[in-house]
Amino acid sequence: MKILVALKQVPDTETKIRVAADGRSLDPADVKWITSPYDEYALEEGIRLKESKGAEVVALSVGSDTTKDVLKNALALGADSAVLLKGDGQGDAYAVAQIIAAYAKDKGFDLILCGNKGLGGDNAAMGPMLAELLGWAQANVIVKLELGEGTFQAEREIEGGSEIVAGALPAVITAQKGLNEPRYASLKGIMAAKKKTIEELDAVPVTAGATISALALPPERPAGRKLEGDAAAQATALLQALKDEAKVF
Amino acid sequence: MILVFCELKDGQIRKPSAEALSEGRRLADAAGKQLGALFAGASCAGAAEAAKYGADVILTAEGPTLASYSSDAYAQVVADAVKAKGATVLLAAATAVGKDVAPRAAARLAAGYASDVTALSMVDGKLQALRPVYAGKAFATTTFASQVQVATTRPNVFPAAEKAGAGATEALAAPTGDFKSIVKEILAKASGKVDLSEANVIVSGGRGMKDGANFQILEALADAIGGVVGASRAAVDAGWGLPHSMQVGQTGKVVSPTLYIACGISGAIQHIAGMSGSKFIVAINKDPEAPIFKLASYGIVGDLFEVVPELTKAAKAMGIGSN
Repeated sequence: MKILVALKQVPDTETKIRVAADGRSLDPADVKWITSPYDEYALEEGIRLKESKGAEVVALSVGSDTTKDVLKNALALGADSAVLLKGDGQGDAYAVAQIIAAYAKDKGFDLILCGNKGLGGDNAAMGPMLAELLGWAQANVIVKLELGEGTFQAEREIEGGSEIVAGALPAVITAQKGLNEPRYASLKGIMAAKKKTIEELDAVPVTAGATISALALPPERPAGRKLEGDAAAQATALLQALKDEAKVF
Repeated sequence: MILVFCELKDGQIRKPSAEALSEGRRLADAAGKQLGALFAGASCAGAAEAAKYGADVILTAEGPTLASYSSDAYAQVVADAVKAKGATVLLAAATAVGKDVAPRAAARLAAGYASDVTALSMVDGKLQALRPVYAGKAFATTTFASQVQVATTRPNVFPAAEKAGAGATEALAAPTGDFKSIVKEILAKASGKVDLSEANVIVSGGRGMKDGANFQILEALADAIGGVVGASRAAVDAGWGLPHSMQVGQTGKVVSPTLYIACGISGAIQHIAGMSGSKFIVAINKDPEAPIFKLASYGIVGDLFEVVPELTKAAKAMGIGSN
């Protein structure tokens, strides 16, 4: 079994967002870059499959030299090899899906794992687009995965519960929090990763489907007010305000 | 044509789909185009209701092969309908199904896709979308390079507005089968309550709740005012047995209810990102310096274990209940 794990480098969740001078991108100053948390679940699942079924795990990311951190981390955690497709990994999901599809289509992968969304871009689109471009099955927002002989069964989160998706491999599976508990890299893993090289390839040229023409911070929320008195008085004052001022009820 | 993929539940159009249809009508009027509503399933009984939200044409792909949801089959139906009608804009609600099928259909159509949008407009005949990024810490204006433009609309943002449409019906062929994946079984949660992403009122608890069992007082308040209960990442990760599906925040659900009541939540950036789109925010916290108060429309500095039960009592006394 051959597994590709697609990883995206994203700004840390604690990042204070500032708009760059171009008015349409994130100001990269002071941004701490991390592996998208959902991709960590995908990678962990790939490594667990390797441990239980003897799979080969290839970690992949689209980006520049700085994106190599994500791949080094993946190697330290247990990926067998890593590929950097040099191109714009922060761009449109359709463009990234085309880049990865062009790489993956004739490599004999049985499974592609990635996060259900890239933190920040929040498109939740690359996985299903990749599945369509490859003509493969998909299962998104997965909290449980079981593989059979050329088949998969996955539990996917939906409104008010979950559903079981069954399908044929090869497939693109996108991970949700709850799928597993990602491990930390061991010292041995980190040392072993240092001996591995990251294969670098140029991303194929692609056309974006959508582009961001402006990025803006949300409008400031109007100043609120504090409700005084004891708990009972505060409770009554709140409900009155929600009823009369906010007209929520 | 502007085409809206709609979902039915128990023979009725789901609310997020009605919202998407209403927005589709508004865009169709702005662009001088027709509005089409597309349904797929073993039965599309109830699809006629789309005329109430302004659909000029109601397209139904009906057949036993569509009885269970299949990503590839539904994407094929949707993409084929877009091609058959020459639609330039495809909308769906950003529901579990909408977010699964829309990007796959978009790729099939070589189209750009904007997910979970909070505003749409037609500019020089092209769709322009506004969508939250970094979980609402910023908003991106998205434009499309492709001829076909695909977007999913965030539930609870666009008003569902009734406007009569012609509602001419047209049947589409259902695919023959042999799908790559299919839903075998739906495991519903016992509560039967609406999902956080669609809830109008959310009562949420954080680290200040001290224990999972204490969420009972939030449940009681939520029941009294017609809300559902959420939690911060700190609470979900604390090992109190709260499911991840309850988590509101950048790595959980991003919600936009009318009312969000944050109890014992300090207001980490991570959490704020998931709920700052709420229309009214109430913060209940012991710490007057908690960052959550900066966001709050109404703040209560106090002990949530006293305030929350008082709220439940007062709501019952005042006969309050949303919806």
